[in-house]
Amino acid sequence: MQNLLADYLPLVVFIGVAAFIAIALMVAPFLVAYKQPDPEKLSAYECGFNAFDDARMKFDVRFYLVSILFIIFDLEVAFLFPWAISFHEVGLFGFWSMMLFLGVLTIGFVYEWNKGALEWD
Amino acid sequence: MTVAAAFFYLFASITVASGFMVVASRNPVHSVLFLILAFVNAAGLFLLLGAEFLAMILVVVYVGAVAVLFLFVVMMLDVDFAELRQGFLDYLPIGGLLGVIFLIEMVLFLGTYYAAPEAVHAASTVKAAASTLSNTEQLGRVLYTDYVFYFQTAGLVLLVAMIGAIILTLHHKTGVKRQDIGAQVARSKDTAMEIKSVRPGQGL
Repeated sequence: MQNLLADYLPLVVFIGVAAFIAIALMVAPFLVAYKQPDPEKLSAYECGFNAFDDARMKFDVRFYLVSILFIIFDLEVAFLFPWAISFHEVGLFGFWSMMLFLGVLTIGFVYEWNKGALEWD
Repeated sequence: MTVAAAFFYLFASITVASGFMVVASRNPVHSVLFLILAFVNAAGLFLLLGAEFLAMILVVVYVGAVAVLFLFVVMMLDVDFAELRQGFLDYLPIGGLLGVIFLIEMVLFLGTYYAAPEAVHAASTVKAAASTLSNTEQLGRVLYTDYVFYFQTAGLVLLVAMIGAIILTLHHKTGVKRQDIGAQVARSKDTAMEIKSVRPGQGL
């Protein structure tokens, strides 16, 4: 347990260095940069004309579909990791239980391919 | 152990604070970003518990994918944020009710643990010799054999999610020309061209 946490010391050092650099670069402009704001400088920049409308607009729902499908296969791969590590121990039963799992998701994959959910238009 | 305790308090306090900010911040995009911070710190907490695999999956799946999905949802909403916040008090009773139910469940769970700590250990089937193995390997040894029904149920849930998402959101535009690779490959010299003998001066 203690050993496991000690393994993560390089990660802590790495995150510490990254956080230090990021915070330093974020704070430094407040301290050293020359500031003289006016309304024109602070307004949204849009190539020479006034902004037409809000930057937020409706997103196409198909982005959502793509990312949901991504998450599902992401999880499928996540389940493969412990299986691969303990492949020797789980035996034939574990092998076929994973094959069934993959088979069920392959049914979904075939369905999704045939429905054309992977095509944009 | 004091270093681990210090990291526990660091992660736990940031998790609680960012969880509060998820609810309290005015801009939904900021809420999602605080949610990501809460996820990352929860991963740190899992790591302190020795649950390495869960911690990494939390980072990969929740931070990498689910948070992006939430950002999509927030951006798709296209709502007036001020208008959105007006319903806050309407949902307060049911939200408070859910919170109280969760609190009671946690008190019951922790109460059982303090009343009979050995019962919890008896219920978990993690093998005694497993302490020398890595967390991922311990999971792998039981997940696909002892807990095979839960594992297959997870597969079915993913299948339902996939089909449900496709049924709810998929709509094809009509009249879009698509590439039909089968038709392209099946095209041969015989079907693609025709030779006509044209007599000079007459045309077709």
